Formats: sequence, C-alpha cells, structure tokens
Amino acid sequence: MRMSEEMADYVAGLAMLELDGEERREMAGELEKILDYMAALDSLDTAHAPPPGPVLPLKNVLRPDEPAPSLPREELLACASARDGEYFLTPRAVE
Amino acid sequence: MIWETVIGLETHVELATRTKIFCGCSTSFGAPPNTHCCPVCTGMPGALPVLNRRAVLLAVRAGLALGCTVSRRCAFDRNNYFYPDLPKAYQISQLYLPLCRDGAVDIGGGKTIRIAELHLEEDAGKLVHDPWTEQSLADFNRCGVPLIEIVTRPDFSAAEEVIAYLEKLKLTLQYLGVSDCKIQEGSLRCDVNLSVRPAGSRELGTRTELKNLGSFKAIARAIDYEARRQIELLEEGRPVVQQTRRWDENKDATFPMRSKENAQDYRYFPDPDLPPLELEEAWLDSLAAAQPEMAWEKAARYQTQWGLSADDARTLTGRKPLADYFEAVVELGAPPRRAAGWVLGQLLAALGARGLEAEHIPLPPAALARLIHLVETGALNRNTAARVLEAVFDAGGDVDGYVAAHGLGQISDPAAVEEAARAALAANPKALADWRAGKGKAKGFLVGQVMARLQGRADPALVNRAVDALLEESK
Ligand SMILES: [Zn+2]
Repeated sequence: MRMSEEMADYVAGLAMLELDGEERREMAGELEKILDYMAALDSLDTAHAPPPGPVLPLKNVLRPDEPAPSLPREELLACASARDGEYFLTPRAVE
Repeated sequence: MIWETVIGLETHVELATRTKIFCGCSTSFGAPPNTHCCPVCTGMPGALPVLNRRAVLLAVRAGLALGCTVSRRCAFDRNNYFYPDLPKAYQISQLYLPLCRDGAVDIGGGKTIRIAELHLEEDAGKLVHDPWTEQSLADFNRCGVPLIEIVTRPDFSAAEEVIAYLEKLKLTLQYLGVSDCKIQEGSLRCDVNLSVRPAGSRELGTRTELKNLGSFKAIARAIDYEARRQIELLEEGRPVVQQTRRWDENKDATFPMRSKENAQDYRYFPDPDLPPLELEEAWLDSLAAAQPEMAWEKAARYQTQWGLSADDARTLTGRKPLADYFEAVVELGAPPRRAAGWVLGQLLAALGARGLEAEHIPLPPAALARLIHLVETGALNRNTAARVLEAVFDAGGDVDGYVAAHGLGQISDPAAVEEAARAALAANPKALADWRAGKGKAKGFLVGQVMARLQGRADPALVNRAVDALLEESK
C-alpha cells in the first residue's frame, strides 16, 4: 500500500513527532513496508476465525477494592519536568 | 419548514468504589492535589494495572438495571491521545468488547430510550488554567477513577425527554449504590449529540457534540440553543459543521472547541496489560436476583401497601436516603401515613431550614417514631410534638428526656382543662358576649385562650368539649 508523505506527516502528528523532509520520506518508506506485511495477512480469509485473544493464558485477574498507599507528593512531583508546590505544570491547554 | 431535533447522550458516571479502577489509590473527592497518585495511575514505565473487582460488580449492576445484555466476555482497549490531563497518553476503555449492550429505559409518557452500550473506563485528571501564564496546573488525583460510560441511541427529540432520562438514570444508580451522581462534583457528566432534520425525514442531519454541561439546567438550555442555531443555519441555506461545541453558561450559547478535538483519531488497540474478563452465568444470575427495589417500585408499593398518595410516594422515593429514613420510622411501628406526614412536613421543613440534605438527617428514625407514638397515644398533642421535634432535632433526639424535662406531657385531665376553660371565659367577657350575639368565631378565640393557659399542651378535643359545655351553660 502506498504511504504518502502527507499520511506519514499525519501519523507523526498524532504521535507528537516533528519530521523533516528526509525523515518524512524515510518514515513513509518504512510504514509502507509494514502496511505491505499487513496486506499479506489481510489476504487470508478470517471471516469465520474467532477474534484473536490475548497471548497470555490469563483471564479474570482482579483485585479487591482495598486502598493501598499512594506515592508521597514530593516523590511524584520529582518526576515532573516543571512543577509548582502542588501541581504538575504543563503547557497551557485550551478550554 | 417544520424541523425535528434528534438527540443522543453519552453519560459518564463515577463508580462508588473506594479505590481506583486499576490501582489502590483512593477515589475520595476534594483531596489535596496529586496526593492520590501512584505509578499505575500516572502511567510510569513498568507499572501493571489490575482491575478492581467492585468496579466490575457496580457496572454489571447498572447494566442489569438498564435492561442491558451483559457480555459473558469483555476486554479493555487503549484510546490514545496526548493531552496534559492524561499522564499515560492513553485512556483504558472498552471499544471492541464492551461490558453491556442493548438496554432500554422507560422515561414515561410511552417513550423508551434505547441504550446502545455501557462500558467501563478510567477518568482523566483535572487541569486548572492559570490566566496569567502560558501554563496549566495538572492534578492527577482523578486519573484512574472508575467510570461507566452509558451511550444511548439517538432516541430523544426534546430537552424535557433528556432531563427525564437523566433524572431516572440518576435515581436508578443512586438506588443501586453504583454512584452518588453528583453533577456539581463531576461524578455524573453528560455529552449531548444533536442534529436537526425536516419533520418526518428518516435521514439524520449533521450532528454536533455539546460539552461542558455542568447542570441539568445547562443541559436543557444548551439543547434548546443548539437546536435553534442549527435550524437557523439550515434555513439560511448554510451547512451545519460536524464539530464539538462547548456550552458557555454565562453567554448562554455554544462555541466550537479548539485543539483537542482536531485529532479525533484515537488509534484504539487491545490493552496488552489487561487479560479479558469472563463472567460466569451463575454470578450474573445471582446479581440479577439481588437487585434492590427501585424508586418507582417503592413508590408503587407505598401506594398499594400503605395507602399513600401518588404525590407523597413520589416525593419520599425521589431521594433514596429519605425513603430509607421513612421506612425505618415505619419499621419502628409508626403508622405509614402518619410517618409520611411527619417526614414530608416537619422533617423536610427542619432539614430545609438548616440547608441539610436527606442523607444527613441528624434526628434518628427512632426519635421520630417515638414522637409519633406519643401523639398517637395522646401523650403529646401534635403542636407540642412539632415543637419537641424542632428542639431535639440537632441534639441527639432524646424525645422522652426533653418532654419530661420541660413538663410537656399532654394534659388530658378533664378537671384541669375545665378549670382553665372557666378562667378563660371569665377573663374574656367580650368574647363571650360576641358568641352570644351569634359570632361563631368567638368560640375559636376562647379555645385558643384555654390552650394558651395550658401552655398549648392540652388535648384539643378535650378543650373543645370543655368550652362547648361552658358556653351551653352560659346561655
Ligand atoms: Zn494509583
């Protein structure tokens, strides 16, 4: 399947990536190979196959509704690139 | 042209669990910012989410009450987007295999709203926008609080139907103990999808999605505004643009939202951290059998079993804590209709005067039951009892102690009443003369005077009889 540079740009935008011209061409090429591989899978008739489940043989992994300690705020905020005393500071989000 | 409005709703409801959906952090509202967070709910590398059993239980209860089919097998998916309220950069939700499907809610007037699906997901954090800087403040306490999202079919045609549905949904979820549904605290939030089309047309028009609806009143007004806006556009020959619009309470209008909504490409995929859920038929059956009595079922029972009026039954069941309180008073022996009268009269008035909600009634049900008993047996008259209720309302409800300490027991000694009546007549010759002159009102005045002489504690029937007898005598 043909992956246009615009499409590569759109996908990059969703991932919050900025690509220059060279990178964009490279990405488009790589994504095209991935889509070709998907197209090969797509050629199989899966109409009657059950939807694939998880690979691990697990189900119903549940925990009781019991509180556990949260992180001390200091420790949590230590992960922030920008902070004030109580909050993470983020780029201004509209609305 | 005549237009009709077509509305569908997406309602998010926070579940009444103690902890978050995938970690043990507390869900309690109003904690200091960023104190209910851990590696799981803030999406730190290597953290592993584990599903809260009670969140599943509450969601299934809600689904059953809304007439849904509960999926025997469901799973979780990641909804990917970048926004500062979401530290993981994805929200765990259910797209491909939701927990419940195909329900229905009867909203009265012969109208039924179909539920497309009900699924589990996690809430995002909260952002505070600083008007002075180019930054926002992020509080992640709400990240990972369990939600159910309830999606209806586009079955509503007016704001009144939407409000009727939401009222019923709220009552249902409160009765189930699934959620407190406090719209002002954000535990019930509603997005409205709205389009208009020529009346009778079968095709749907282009829709807009309305957000930031902070009260039922805002929802009703936003719907009316947006329907009018779309109709005006179409009548001017202009198209409706499919977009998300934000209700502005102060401007009484909707405005297009920027940013976040441009990239509604969530690239869902199954969450590899969470194994699927397979629900046992027997467990679902046992839950279905244990569903509590709903508000409308209670209201019907109050009428048939206890002879209450439809209005009284509806008011009592309109708030679950009030219905619970009323039933507790009846359980303690109060005749149901008397108990209803007291709860809807003096008790609601006392709550209203204090600005209290029904879940915070300070007077124990046993105190009200005792008060009603004292009135029923003639030990207190009704007016005195109302004064006692007011006096003990905030003070632990020691009815007998208060009555004894203030000597309020009803005076039912005919001799004492007769004595007071004679004194009252002697002291009010003018009223007596008026009565003799045929002014019936004068008797009411004299009865009041006798009551006053007995500090309002006398049995009213006894006072009436005594005054009648003396008036006869004086003819
Ligand atoms: Zn956590």
